[in-house]
Amino acid sequence: MAKTGYTRRALLKGGAAAAAASALPAPMLWAQDIKNITLRQFGTGVSNLNEVGQKVKEDLGFTLEMTALDSDSVTQRAATQPDSFDIADIEYWICKKVWPTGNLQAMDVSKIANYDKIVGIFKDGKLTPESEIAQGTAPHTVGFVEGEGSTTFATEQTNWMTLIPTIYNADTLGIRPDLIGRPINNWSELLNPEFKGKASILDISSIGIMDMAMVCESMGEIQYGDKGNMTREEIDKTFAIFTEAKRNGQFRAFWKTFDESVNLMASGEVVIQSMWSPAITAVKSRGIDCVYQPLEEGYRSWGGGIGLSKSLTGMELDAAYDYINWYLSGWVGGFLMRQGYYSAVPDTSKEFMSENEWGYWFEGKEATAEITSPFGDVLAQAGDTRDGGSFYDRMGSVACWNAVMDENQYMVRKWNEFIAS
Amino acid sequence: MLKNRHVTGWLQAAPLSLILAGFLILPIATIVTVSFWQATEFSIIPAFSMENYAFLFGSDVTYRVFLATFKYAAITWALTLLIGFTVAYYLAFHIRSQTVQIALFLLCTIPFWTSNIIRMISWIPFLGRNGIANSTLIDLGLIDAPLEWLLYSDFSVILAFVHLYTLFMVVPIFNTMMRIDRSLIEAAYDNGASGWQTLMHVIVPLTKPGIMIGTIFVLTLIMGDFITVRFMSGSQKANVGRLISNDISLLQYPSAAATAVVLLCTVLIVIGILLRFVDIRKEL
Repeated sequence: MAKTGYTRRALLKGGAAAAAASALPAPMLWAQDIKNITLRQFGTGVSNLNEVGQKVKEDLGFTLEMTALDSDSVTQRAATQPDSFDIADIEYWICKKVWPTGNLQAMDVSKIANYDKIVGIFKDGKLTPESEIAQGTAPHTVGFVEGEGSTTFATEQTNWMTLIPTIYNADTLGIRPDLIGRPINNWSELLNPEFKGKASILDISSIGIMDMAMVCESMGEIQYGDKGNMTREEIDKTFAIFTEAKRNGQFRAFWKTFDESVNLMASGEVVIQSMWSPAITAVKSRGIDCVYQPLEEGYRSWGGGIGLSKSLTGMELDAAYDYINWYLSGWVGGFLMRQGYYSAVPDTSKEFMSENEWGYWFEGKEATAEITSPFGDVLAQAGDTRDGGSFYDRMGSVACWNAVMDENQYMVRKWNEFIAS
Repeated sequence: MLKNRHVTGWLQAAPLSLILAGFLILPIATIVTVSFWQATEFSIIPAFSMENYAFLFGSDVTYRVFLATFKYAAITWALTLLIGFTVAYYLAFHIRSQTVQIALFLLCTIPFWTSNIIRMISWIPFLGRNGIANSTLIDLGLIDAPLEWLLYSDFSVILAFVHLYTLFMVVPIFNTMMRIDRSLIEAAYDNGASGWQTLMHVIVPLTKPGIMIGTIFVLTLIMGDFITVRFMSGSQKANVGRLISNDISLLQYPSAAATAVVLLCTVLIVIGILLRFVDIRKEL
């Protein structure tokens, strides 16, 4: 991994180093002091990549220590141990849980150089002026607070931001087109008896319940007020439908880890299931046909961002702002987008991607040459297009954002019952 | 003098008592205490409450899951006993040369040189829909379509359990059988007992302590397991261990502790009943 890092870095130096330098704000700190600064970041594995830490050391001079945890531990730590971190890399629904504890500090928007270029989803909630806002914990609803020390969320954009968006994507069902042999267009297909014993869903309650809701709504069985914040009645109905399906043998297995989902799909045990985008890539890289199927009802989306600990002050705080500005300046965005995620400021990332990569990942165009990941794996051949199309096609049809419900504990107990039923 | 002996006695007992107090009694006491607490998503509330137990005993999921756990334990126990006894009997009474005996015994342990997770997971590609088992059966013309119940079912869970734990039955039974005085068997034979009668009236009664130790091993291992059930059932089945692990992953430590206490009591009761039948001290 280190080796590919150097190759990539050499490439970047040749191509776009100048662009990086001009995009960065003027350094605010003395070089010798910066070297002594260490910022501790923790978060879920998706964007906690060592390559980012190395690049920070190179570009900004200070040290970024990163810890990857699962989302439950991340939530707990952000809520209970504010002194154990400087930067929290969390999802927006976690922010909704954690912000009221007062452990994070709001960020001054006027210090964020590329704020104007951040996509609308994270500001007023609208990707384009005519888009509709999806259900669940939409990022903009927890993205701002009224004032510096406020613990309640603002209803519109203010000068104080809770999280700086970093990474997001739209999730849907993965299918094996070679084993299904017909078009799949709706979430309800997950419970279609045609796929009895060949379907799967993920065994992570907070995300699984959302996929279930998409399915129940698509079947026409339940109309949810807000899929991201269900009532007990809605939760009961949802589980009743899925428990019946489970008893009838609809599911082959449930999966909890990334690898399990890849193996289920690759071995043909399962032909339709909830899946994450990199898992599709992993199945494809084994030479097996697998599609991240866009569905009529839309996507279940998620987004993450970085927040600052309340205890950050002085030079460390300045360094953290430098880090945020650097994060949005394009290199990380390009790095993430070449893995199939999206960057909050796509414009700056464009400079760190080839025209072919930008066309494939962002614009949904046919690849003109082989597409490789930042780690060197071949992800697509010339002529392939991305499942779901362009950024606007995919992020424009989000039906629901990952969320945390008021009835979370009730839902968790019902989830346990569902697994045991 | 007397006082001195007391002091020496206390000192001799101290190391073991301290270790037991620190590593057995203290943790169990902590678990019992926590089981009466309450938890929200972010904090644990250290106030006495029966809520965890009330929920546990009030939910039919608990009973179903305990029943499933007993089912796995009973079936696996019967199978491991049958296989374990047969293997031990063969090793102890049919192999005359001690060298061969030791060699064969070591052979039984070879699979245990790998991690038990690996041994378990290697069943998955074997039993899968397009796995070796199904494709062989189809090639032989025995079945037309792949057998779905081979994997992610009670069958695969029990298969993995039997595979993982039979050795724990073989070892103690083999050990007791080796101690049986051979002249007893000859005496039975001289008195006209058939092979079956010798087995039932001489060997089995004398092997009981070994069977009992093996039973305790197998039962406690299965009652406490969660990972085998999770992998081999594709997360579709639950036993008590999975209930606890789900609670822990959702930060519901008090509720997990309550389930653990109930499980501990259940296992202790089962072992208590078993010990009424056989005095295993003879064996130790």
